[in-house]
Amino acid sequence: MNATPTAEQFDDPVQQREAATLGMWAFITTEILFFGVLFAAYTLCRVRFPQAFAAGSRHTDVILGTAETAVLLISSCLVAVAVREVQLGGQRIATWLIGLTAALGVTFLTMHGFEYVSEYHEGLIPAIRYLQTGPLSAPMQIFFCLYYFITGFHGLHVSIGVAVLLVMAKKTHRGDFNQDYHTPLEMTALYWHLVDIVWIFVFPLIYLIGRVG
Amino acid sequence: MIGLPQASSFAGRVDHLFDAMLLLSAVVVIGVFTTLLWFSVKYRHGSQAARTPAPSRALRVELAWTLIPLFLFVGVFAWSISLFAEMSRPPAQTVPVYVVAKQWMWTVQHTGGQREINTLHVALGQPTRLVMTSQDVIHSFYVPAFRVKQDVLPGRYTQLWFTATRAGTYDLFCAEFCGTDHARMGGSVVVLPAKDFARWLDANEGTGLAAQGEALFRRLGCSGCHDPQSGVHAPDLYDLYGSTVPLSDGTQVRADERYLHDSIMLPAKEVAAGYAPVMPTYQGRIGEDDVLALIAYLKSRHAPGSK
Amino acid sequence: MSTNVVDSPFPAGETGEPPRESYLDAGYGLRSWLSTRDHKRIAILYALAITMFFFLGGLAAALLRLELVTPNGSLMSAEGYNKTFTFHGVVMVWFFLIPSIPATLGNFLVPLMIGARDVAFPRLNLFSWYLYILGGCFTIACLLCGGVDTGWTFYTPFSTMFSNSNVMLTVVGVFIVGFSSIFTGLNFIVTIHTMRAHGMTWFRLPLFVWSMYGVSLVMILATPVLAMTLALIGLERLLGVGIFDPALGGDPLLFQHFFWFYSHPAVYIMILPAMGVVSELITAAARRRIFGYDFMVYSILGIAVIGFLVWGHHMFVSGQSMYASIVFSILSFVVAVPSAIKVFNWTATLYKGDISFGAPMLYALGFVGLFMLGGLTGLFLAATALDVNLTDTYFVVAHFHYIMVGGAVMAYLGGIHFWWPKVTGRLYSEAWARFAAIVMFFGFNLTFFPQYLLGYEGMPRRYHVYPPQFQVLNVLSSAGATILAVSYLLPLAYLLWSLRYGPRASANPWRAKGLEWQTSSPPPVHNFDRTPAVTEGPYAYDER
Repeated sequence: MNATPTAEQFDDPVQQREAATLGMWAFITTEILFFGVLFAAYTLCRVRFPQAFAAGSRHTDVILGTAETAVLLISSCLVAVAVREVQLGGQRIATWLIGLTAALGVTFLTMHGFEYVSEYHEGLIPAIRYLQTGPLSAPMQIFFCLYYFITGFHGLHVSIGVAVLLVMAKKTHRGDFNQDYHTPLEMTALYWHLVDIVWIFVFPLIYLIGRVG
Repeated sequence: MIGLPQASSFAGRVDHLFDAMLLLSAVVVIGVFTTLLWFSVKYRHGSQAARTPAPSRALRVELAWTLIPLFLFVGVFAWSISLFAEMSRPPAQTVPVYVVAKQWMWTVQHTGGQREINTLHVALGQPTRLVMTSQDVIHSFYVPAFRVKQDVLPGRYTQLWFTATRAGTYDLFCAEFCGTDHARMGGSVVVLPAKDFARWLDANEGTGLAAQGEALFRRLGCSGCHDPQSGVHAPDLYDLYGSTVPLSDGTQVRADERYLHDSIMLPAKEVAAGYAPVMPTYQGRIGEDDVLALIAYLKSRHAPGSK
Repeated sequence: MSTNVVDSPFPAGETGEPPRESYLDAGYGLRSWLSTRDHKRIAILYALAITMFFFLGGLAAALLRLELVTPNGSLMSAEGYNKTFTFHGVVMVWFFLIPSIPATLGNFLVPLMIGARDVAFPRLNLFSWYLYILGGCFTIACLLCGGVDTGWTFYTPFSTMFSNSNVMLTVVGVFIVGFSSIFTGLNFIVTIHTMRAHGMTWFRLPLFVWSMYGVSLVMILATPVLAMTLALIGLERLLGVGIFDPALGGDPLLFQHFFWFYSHPAVYIMILPAMGVVSELITAAARRRIFGYDFMVYSILGIAVIGFLVWGHHMFVSGQSMYASIVFSILSFVVAVPSAIKVFNWTATLYKGDISFGAPMLYALGFVGLFMLGGLTGLFLAATALDVNLTDTYFVVAHFHYIMVGGAVMAYLGGIHFWWPKVTGRLYSEAWARFAAIVMFFGFNLTFFPQYLLGYEGMPRRYHVYPPQFQVLNVLSSAGATILAVSYLLPLAYLLWSLRYGPRASANPWRAKGLEWQTSSPPPVHNFDRTPAVTEGPYAYDER
């Protein structure tokens, strides 16, 4: 990055910043629609097979799920503080905070990996290892298809987020960002919040609702 | 219109609506084309026509050509929907004819056990109700001469009804793309006068559908649990069809063809209240024609001595 | 006025001197093109790619029409026919129509028309072209591996459980190209919002820019739904279980809802840009302000928004609930109102004009006529009781070809002619261009009008063999297709010819309004020597 980071198509840094922010929000809108389809599918299938979905839900690990939620919430908070630090000039602390956010992202993925492994042993993965029997076993596969698709797609977002966060940590460390210019970091934080918010919807839908009834 | 017979009670009415819309469209097309042409000639480059003042907005004109089409459209919509509502609601008491579609043929079963392939015989002047399902992919039952069409889906029953008004043989097509031989998945609908139709039914009578279903009911072992004498706690299914069944999740469902089908193929979907979900699924074990026979049997299964 | 010998359509058609250094001279060689970030060069990259796909898809269409000359399928096997129409559909929808106007004319013109140096994210712009090419490679690979036979609609459970063809490759290709259109839409939205020149207020934007804005909204909101749905199909096919599988109790209609939730708005992705182009062409030819600018803007936005709420009209006989059909039917009538407004306003724009009939105007008038016929027959299909009979027949085929080929392609070609001098700096042969436009109009009608009649007589679509009573109309249609094919090859020939031999165009050969005409032809790399300031509304032709 050079001293005047304004790209040639823009008139001034303000315009560039506006464009980046609007672009990110537009991107987030499309992301919401990506997940929206999955949530819509989940809702419609759940209406069709309430009992199978409840039963499937009871097979998930609510303790790990809750821990994952906590991890993501904390990470989201950390990255917000990191942006604040950069705005106030605290590059060193910010670098650590961003690194920590990425580490929490990895923690989240690892915990989810453990869930997948135990589900493999229980035989809950349709088409790969599905050992459930009984009358609910067929429609329960629909639940698990959606479960893996939604969590997998979310996991993909977390992974991308971790990679971007690491790049941002490096840039912050190098001193690319300062009070006046920190748009990429802000956009990354925005994306990370999206990842977090999506999970806030996934968690009750997958882990909690079936346990109530 | 062009050589397509009007052979059902809907056909003439659908064509009326079509002609009305054709007229409306023709008026619009001729109007706009004439205006376009007129302006194009009058205001062509080099003509002496007066060009000032040239308005570039006129709210009243704009509102007029916004609201007038809107009202016309709502009118057409109302006309069309009243006809559509009638087409979508088969008269309830009509005896159904069962249609099973599979790649790439139509099989038809009448309640008297008459089976047909790629042909459907119906009586002139009497309402015919088809209850249809598919063994594999989505098909669509289409008889242009009757102006009726209905998709036929796997895992669910769809209905179609019409009253044939002209004797003769008409094309039957599959209208939803269903694979390699989609274009050859056709046949014919034969409309016979009532007397001839009765004769045709007699000549082709087989084991009644309900009787076939009863045999299946024993052979597949359904009776092992569902007969009252059996030791298993299972509903006895007497007079089930048309009744209201309370389900274990607290809701209620009407025992129609769809419910009976799903109870056999997807027993976990709706479990009757007070029973354990122990029934095995018959998905993949029996074909859709067998399910139809079983349903026909269940419809006729009354408690001993109730008649 | 000039002394040129070119038979020029508009008062001018002026020739001129080549500019000092245009974007075309900014670098030579393949590398300078493949690594460019200039929106104008990216537009040309897109134009080359989509032209190739247009002729591939057209070739498939020609084979289909040839096959349908005889009723008993003497040219291809059933399998071959099914794969050919699927290829035709997939290529024409996703690799030609959807990117056609937005990615070529839109990319070239949006920054020029709003007075910007480039789009907001030039690298993303180039990246979306590469995504398009990658998606295209998958589709070509699918063709080379033997093709796919599901139809472009991929209906389940046929596509997931029954088809033995290369569904995966196609689905991946379309999935990827979806991202290309999302990024293009995102780029346009941000560009139009943040990069307008000083004085270029929202209600001074040319209607073409408005249409690009509407279309971008649809692209970023609808395409994700398609992408996810295709991903679900892909996984279901790969693993053998999935949420659309009727054997598990899944609902195949759910797929249709998701698919049409994208694919109906996708129709507006194809037609909205065409409406934008035609508004530019008609005003320039009639030398008049557009009639009812605000109504035109609101109808673009109205179409974009209501277009999201009408998808169920593809499913009147699918087994969806009757009440759903009623709602979708009335909304489908409502969405026709803004289209009607546009047709009336274009007509009114001619009133008291000073009209010349150059090739772009002929294309535009052809568009208005064909679009009107296509739109009115759309009302027949919105009327539920008629749709029962007409859906999945050739009536539907004729209807959407009137909109997409008669409408979108006519407008696309009209736009290509109109802005050709700006893009290439050369004037094309006016006589040939007019000839091609007229031949196209008649060829098109001869091809597709008989299909309305076929549909009304009950011939289902996607039929490789058909009962003999349909033969006469099919032969007529195939004859028309021959003429149509010639009329598509003509522009390819004379436009390419003009690149070398055409007279040099002046900065504003048609004396048209709009910022893009204020810079040289072809424009310099950063579009304007000085960032223009805007002091008046669009189409200020009336000050004669």
